[in-house]
Amino acid sequence: MPRRRTKRVLATSSGGGHWVQLLRLSDAFAGCDVVYATVSAGYRQDVPDARFHVIPDATRWDKLKLVRLLLRLIWVLVRERPDVVVTTGAAPGYLAVVLGRVLGARTVWIDSIANVEEMSMSGQRARSHADLWLTQWPHLAVPGGPSFAGAVL
Amino acid sequence: MIFVTVGAQMPFDRLIGTVDAWAGSRGRRDVFAQIGTTPLIPSHIEWTPSIDPDEYRERILAARVVVGHAGMGTIISALQAGKPVIVLPRLGALRETRNDHQVATARYWGEHASVTAAADERELVRQLDEIDALGSQPKITPRASDEMIEALRSFIAEPAKPSGLTGSPELA
Repeated sequence: MPRRRTKRVLATSSGGGHWVQLLRLSDAFAGCDVVYATVSAGYRQDVPDARFHVIPDATRWDKLKLVRLLLRLIWVLVRERPDVVVTTGAAPGYLAVVLGRVLGARTVWIDSIANVEEMSMSGQRARSHADLWLTQWPHLAVPGGPSFAGAVL
Repeated sequence: MIFVTVGAQMPFDRLIGTVDAWAGSRGRRDVFAQIGTTPLIPSHIEWTPSIDPDEYRERILAARVVVGHAGMGTIISALQAGKPVIVLPRLGALRETRNDHQVATARYWGEHASVTAAADERELVRQLDEIDALGSQPKITPRASDEMIEALRSFIAEPAKPSGLTGSPELA
């Protein structure tokens, strides 16, 4: 028997273009129990009907902030227990994919459409932690991944 | 208003300096810029270091034209609001970002009817001089391609993995 009828999806990203791209995926979560986690409370009104968590912003250059982000993401993941984690990057998405996988979720990395010439650094690192590992550029798709399955635009 | 934005991550003085000098020499009083945390103090335009998402949304909606770095947040936000957008890519060589990904972004999106891409400051000034000819654009839908939506839907619908902490059945 399934644990619950509807799938729970954690959609998470850092701010700016990563968040704007994540929002364009919301139709894919129709019928799911979707919860968002991103770096600014100001984004809450973009997803008024979903549960919403604020997580600290961090880049891979700032270890202290990364630790705070890591702890907060663990709290969100343990509380929400998502079936699927979907992210458009960057550092918060990478950590969410790593931790989500450890906690049994299936994980999706969608590299930002800004990365036209190569996968982002965080995207390359996410490779072994993502069940679905996507570029938004067909010319970057290769056998063995990343795969191409359309774009946010 | 012309809304100028450098995004939330870091300043972009080459863009702001060029727009500020242009506004000064042309007597423009209709420019508002979000410039990031930088020692640069513009002389001819209204400015603020950072704005929250609410104000960002409002500024985009109220703008006649958006001018920005070639970040996807700026480009997508402008396209979704039906605003023409002029972008100057950050250069890796000038340490304006980590690499030249914005150059590729500008080259690709510069083909779009709503997007004007400037290669450098001189070209940006020429494009700013034509700014009053730019009109509003059709809004793009706020939705990813059907292919991507379908790929995600079918992935989400797949059964859970047999092992893992959330994979085990719970008692109702």
